[in-house]
Formats: sequence, structure tokens, C-alpha cells
Amino acid sequence: MADVSVVLPSVLQPLAGGQSVLTASADGALTVAGLLDTVTGDYPALSRRLRDETGAVRRFVNIYVNGNEIRRLQGLSTEVLPGQEVLIIQSVAGG
Amino acid sequence: MGGMSTAESFVLAIGTKKGLWLATSPDRKEWSLSGPHFLMSEVPSIGIDTRDGRTRILVGVRSEHWGPTVFHSDDLGVTWSEPEEGAIRFPEGTGAALERVWQIHPDADSRPGVVWAGCEPISVWKSTDGGEHFELNRGLWDHPHRTEWGAGYGGAAAHSIIVDPSGEKVHVAMSTGGVYRSLDGGTSWEPRNKGISAYFMPDPNPEFGQCVHKIAADAAVDGRLYAQNHHGVYRTDDDAENWESIAEGLPADFGFVMLTHPRRAGTAWVIPLKADGERIPPEGKLAVHRTDDAGRTWKRLDNGLPAVEFNAVLRDAACVDAAEPAGVYFGTRGGSVYASADEGEHFTEVASHLPDVLCVRASTVSAALVPGAVTSAALNA
Repeated sequence: MADVSVVLPSVLQPLAGGQSVLTASADGALTVAGLLDTVTGDYPALSRRLRDETGAVRRFVNIYVNGNEIRRLQGLSTEVLPGQEVLIIQSVAGG
Repeated sequence: MGGMSTAESFVLAIGTKKGLWLATSPDRKEWSLSGPHFLMSEVPSIGIDTRDGRTRILVGVRSEHWGPTVFHSDDLGVTWSEPEEGAIRFPEGTGAALERVWQIHPDADSRPGVVWAGCEPISVWKSTDGGEHFELNRGLWDHPHRTEWGAGYGGAAAHSIIVDPSGEKVHVAMSTGGVYRSLDGGTSWEPRNKGISAYFMPDPNPEFGQCVHKIAADAAVDGRLYAQNHHGVYRTDDDAENWESIAEGLPADFGFVMLTHPRRAGTAWVIPLKADGERIPPEGKLAVHRTDDAGRTWKRLDNGLPAVEFNAVLRDAACVDAAEPAGVYFGTRGGSVYASADEGEHFTEVASHLPDVLCVRASTVSAALVPGAVTSAALNA
């Protein structure tokens, strides 16, 4: 089984015990939703930063799979393959 | 040791668009400022809970990126905690997500542990564990009017919560929706807006839909409340059955702030703004106005305030403390914060050039809690 990596921005790393990368083992494709459920399962405060209580990705949180933001793919249903890396990056927002 | 346990200090928590600052003072005149906490997150709500032998600061924090949450500190901001799962979460099935915590209101001394919250989307919440976990008030959430409540410019929220000593009578104000009252501790709710104008609606006197900006209860007269409306300043003497205008004598009837005295009947403060379309202090001259006769007459208070100030003061960017005489505090959208130790007769500047001030709350605290503070009691200990 290969790992899928989720790379966190530095500002969120304290909510993941200081880790910059969270990994899930996968023997097939995962959805982004399933991947986030897995890697944030032990870090509910981190989970809340990424998705609200309806499960929706927060408006100014961008999640990239293979270089593409998931809103331009299939959203949380976007598939992630073993060995791929998922990047979480805050969007340019605020004033 | 006796001196240490009784020595008191004052804390003023200042929530802004880009973080929280804490000011402390031994006398409400000289202030020391620390912060920012939660830099780059807005802090639109603060509750200082001094019941149960502790001093807990609760703050509603909202990041544009990472969403809203509630933190608390029991050591005046040295450390902060948040429940892992979040203090306020809409239950499954509501289809709603918390947008912003607009109000954190510790209940009466006789009900330690009970803390209320008012939120966006329009909702009221109650905690019985000191603000660590809140439960959605279903009576208001399931109210048939809810789909008709609207959003003001700042969002749609329940922003004022008043609970009477018995705990049975609860008044809530929302923008927009108006005042709702419960006589059964929050189980059922009815609108109570008779006399409050909603000039921006086709029927200017609807049952509900008013944009009430803030309500506050008279400390000593049961059934008496005051309201600063979206144009209009009102008083009720019968638990909101009827509202009557008390705007005469004010330079403008628009504004966001309504404060009442912690003990004395008939005393309230407002901070008028010129109009809906001109949200500035009238003529750029910022002033607080106080009534001591339940709104029959108003006294202009501007001693110590700047000669020119074009920034508005938002609904929760003003508060009173419970000391004697009562302290009055407010902050502007220009990041200036002022304090009065004498009910508004004289103001001193606590801070300036902060980000937009969204919320202030003040309380008396044990001087021993103030980080780094050197007090005469501590020196003598």
C-alpha cells in the first residue's frame, strides 16, 4: 500500500501536533472527503478549520490534487491515487 | 495575603477586525495594553465571566480562512483553549454552519456555568458548562418566522440576549427580525415590536422584521428595556409589549449602541450616528449621550473625546463595568478605545490606531491575575 500525503500550511501545523504532512495509507483511489476524514480524525480542531459542520470546504481554503484545485475537479468527490500529494493552501483573501 | 486576595484591577478586552487586545488598569485611568491575540482573526464577541470563583474570558474568533470558533482563557489571556470539537456546532439535520459568534453573555450570578450565545445565522445557544459546549435553542431555530428574517449589512444574527433573574423571561434582538420574547426560559418565542418602526419595509409597523440594533435591560425596573433601532431609540416598561420613542433630545436617532447602568434605574447610554446613509458621528463630533431619567432627557458627554472623529461605533464596541461609579468603554472603527471611570463624565484614551473595534467588555478582576502587574498589594505580600 502506498501513502497519500496531505501537506498542511504552517499556520495549521500546531493543530496537527506540529506535523507538516499527514499521511493515509491507500490501496486504491480515495476521495478527498474520505482522505480528510482519515487524516484529521485525530485532529478535530484541524478538521473544523478546513470544513464546516455540514462537511463543506471553507470558502477560502483551497485543496489541490495533482496541481489542480478540487473546485475545478469533482470537489470533495475528487479521487486521489496512492502516491499522490494533496496540498492545502489558504487562498489570497482578506484586507 | 489578605491584601492580595482583595486587591482589584480592571481588565478591558478589545476585540477587533484583526485580533484581540487586553488592557489592564489599577484605576481605570492608566491602561497597559497587551496583544494582539489571534492576530488576523476578527473577534466580534467577548464575555468575561467572573462567577464561580474564576475569571474566564470567552471570545468568539473568526478567521476568514479557517472559520469561526470559541476560545476561553482562565488566566487573562496567558493561555487559550478551545474544545476540540468546537463549542458551537449546528446539529446534523439543520443543514446550517456557524458563520460568526456575535454575542457571548454569561447569565446571572445565581446560574453559574450558564452562558448564552447569539450567532449568525440567526440563532441562540445556551451552555451550562461555562461556555465550553453550547446547545442550539430549538424554539427559536424552528420558529416559523425564521425564513423571513433577513440580513443587515453586517450579516443576519441574534446579537442581544437578556435573561431576567428568574431565568424564565428571555428577550432576544436580531438584525433583521426585531425583538423576540420567551416567557418559558426559551422554549417558545413571540415577536414583540409594537411601536418600533421599520421604515425600510412596505409596512413600516410590521409584527416583526425590524432592524433592532441593540437592546439592554434596566437594572432596577422589572419589565423595562431600552432599544437602539435602525433609526429610533425606544423604551418599553411592559416587557416589550409596547415600545415608545425616547429619541427626543438626541442629535440623531441612528446608532448601534445601547448600554444600561449595572444597578441604577433609568440610566442608559447611546452613541448617536447621523443616519443610515451617513454612519458618522453627527458633524464629525463624537459624543456619548446619557439619560438618568429613562430617556426623558439626555446629556451630551464628550469630555476627553477627540474634537474630530468620523468613525462609527458598532453595537458591541461599547460596554459598562459593574464598579462604583460605573465605567463606560467604547471603541471606534478607527481603532481608538476610550474609557470613563465616572459614567461618561470624563473619558481617557486607552488605545489608538488599532484595527476596527468590533467588541469591548470590561470587568473587575483580582490584581493577582494581571500578568506582570506590580500592585501595592503584591509588593506588600
